[in-house]
Amino acid sequence: MLIFLNHLINGISLGSVYAIIALGYTMVYGIAKMLNFAHGDVIMLGAYICFFAVSSFSLPPLVGVLLAMVVCTALGIVIERLAYKPLRQATSLAVLITAIGVSYFLQNGAQLLWSSNIKMFPSLFSNEPIALFGGELKITMAAIATVLACVVIMLVLTWFTGRTKLGKAMRACSEDKAAAQLMGINVNATISMTFAIGSALAAIAGVLFCSAYPNLTPTTGSMPGIKAFTAAVFGGIGSIPGALLGGVLLGLIEIFASAYISTQLSNAIVFAVLIVVLLVRPTGLLGKQVREKV
Amino acid sequence: MKRIHLNKASRVNFATYGMVVAAYLVLQLLGSMGMLSSTMRGQLVPICAYVAMALSLNLTVGVLGELSLGHGGFMSVGAFAGAVAAAALPIGSDGLRLACAMVAGALVAALVGVLVGIPVLRLNGDYLAIVTLAFGQIIKSIVENLYIGMDGKGLHADFLNNTMALGEGGRMVLNGPMGVNGIQKISTFTAGFVLVMLILVVIFHLVGSRAGRAIMALRDNRIAAESVGIPVTKYKLMAFVISAAMAGAAGTLFALGQNTITANKFDFNTSILILVFVVLGGQGKMWGSILAATFLTVLPETPAMRGLADYRMLVYAVVMILVMLATNSPAVQDFVNARLRKKKKKEGAGQ
Repeated sequence: MLIFLNHLINGISLGSVYAIIALGYTMVYGIAKMLNFAHGDVIMLGAYICFFAVSSFSLPPLVGVLLAMVVCTALGIVIERLAYKPLRQATSLAVLITAIGVSYFLQNGAQLLWSSNIKMFPSLFSNEPIALFGGELKITMAAIATVLACVVIMLVLTWFTGRTKLGKAMRACSEDKAAAQLMGINVNATISMTFAIGSALAAIAGVLFCSAYPNLTPTTGSMPGIKAFTAAVFGGIGSIPGALLGGVLLGLIEIFASAYISTQLSNAIVFAVLIVVLLVRPTGLLGKQVREKV
Repeated sequence: MKRIHLNKASRVNFATYGMVVAAYLVLQLLGSMGMLSSTMRGQLVPICAYVAMALSLNLTVGVLGELSLGHGGFMSVGAFAGAVAAAALPIGSDGLRLACAMVAGALVAALVGVLVGIPVLRLNGDYLAIVTLAFGQIIKSIVENLYIGMDGKGLHADFLNNTMALGEGGRMVLNGPMGVNGIQKISTFTAGFVLVMLILVVIFHLVGSRAGRAIMALRDNRIAAESVGIPVTKYKLMAFVISAAMAGAAGTLFALGQNTITANKFDFNTSILILVFVVLGGQGKMWGSILAATFLTVLPETPAMRGLADYRMLVYAVVMILVMLATNSPAVQDFVNARLRKKKKKEGAGQ
């Protein structure tokens, strides 16, 4: 039972990271109708920036995280401006190929800059886990911080998209860009802002992910990136609560699959889930069925 | 008007056949005169395999208009199925054994293509890309945990753990994460040439046929095509499965030209590399894929380029982005269109 609880906690904590990444995918997909393949690599860059800030310049962890967020936000805006904006009217295939190019560029750029050697991410949180049941059940501070961060981000984003003017502009753009423009919304600025928010979230996710799995390499971001996209599809792409639900479910599936079925096959099982979800409910758990207009 | 258009298409087709045949003859001639370096000779089979892969992916990307990021996965399926078949088949003649192995590789890859394609091709949007990517990972996980051995009684298989007790004279064919070792190199340049020609024939005939027109109609406007009664899933699946089968055969060709293959050889990077061939060669342009695959396989091996090996993938990424921006950005297109209009006006004035 305690082992089960342990897995449950690990699953929720991993799932919270996926949920934060999935938010970035889901928001960008909702508004720009594109799959931002480079999102996973922004995660990796965020983790590297925090790594250097904390280990090389011995800045406090919080400053490292903020620095990573600032750099990733700027990067997200630059990527959008240079690579995606000229293709606003292009086919989705062209945009997708460009996004893959950007992802590959970031990955290989990081490899050239920092080599592919594994860097050990420093622990940003206290190493002393909280022990329950006389030390049988240990909850790490990183896990608690991850879940807390996820909940806070989710609440802030829900408030932001629901209540603020900018958030409403975002929702309007995702529904109908032309109509939003007629209402005086600056569509380009709104899309840039979405990328900025998504990239800032990616930086946080990168730091949290590496706190739990400290091996940092230039390809660190791609796997969680793909899995988080799976989570976004699972929960219903374009839906913010869907990203949370999908992320946590996927984290649980991954941890339980590797604990009770097979460690080697846990990735395969996660992706099999994606295929099954697409087969049974293509719009995801909380996604809206959009009727096609001709 | 229609006749002229058809003529142009078949002219391009014949030029493509001609290019491949000429390249084959020249290389054979150079080889027989001993003018090819040993590295170059070793490259001939992989080049054919990559050309075949690029053609196969171009069928999915250029003709069907869907993005597959798991083509390395199909190559992997074909490679391992083909390698096991080649080891297991009791055929003396190398050529026949290679042909049978390729057919086996193609069939298994096609079967996997059906399994992946049925759920995914019913969806619209970018889902195929992400699912094929996931599929590539699944294939890698499966192959790395699959053990196949052979003894007097035939083939034995095991999953996750190798618990096989092989009989007298038994040996492991596929050894989990170690892959297939000690492959008999039976792939030849001629076999590669035949495969490429075969794939070209299939693609050109498909594109020119009723089914091909239906597939391209789906690519250009799915809703319009659907409303005139084209069954979407059927035609999408058809193109996708043919493409998967071709990738499988290419995988077999590649595997049987190597000493050892492991699942790592066919990962996401391979899928992206093949996508770079297709993007650089031009979507839907088969000759472009052939040229791009050939040059991008040969160039990194030339001494001048070896120093830049570290930058290779970075350059590919930039090339991919720039090609997409150049061919799809409205600003660039306006420029090209303006040029064309000018040219047409000049021609019109001349008449």
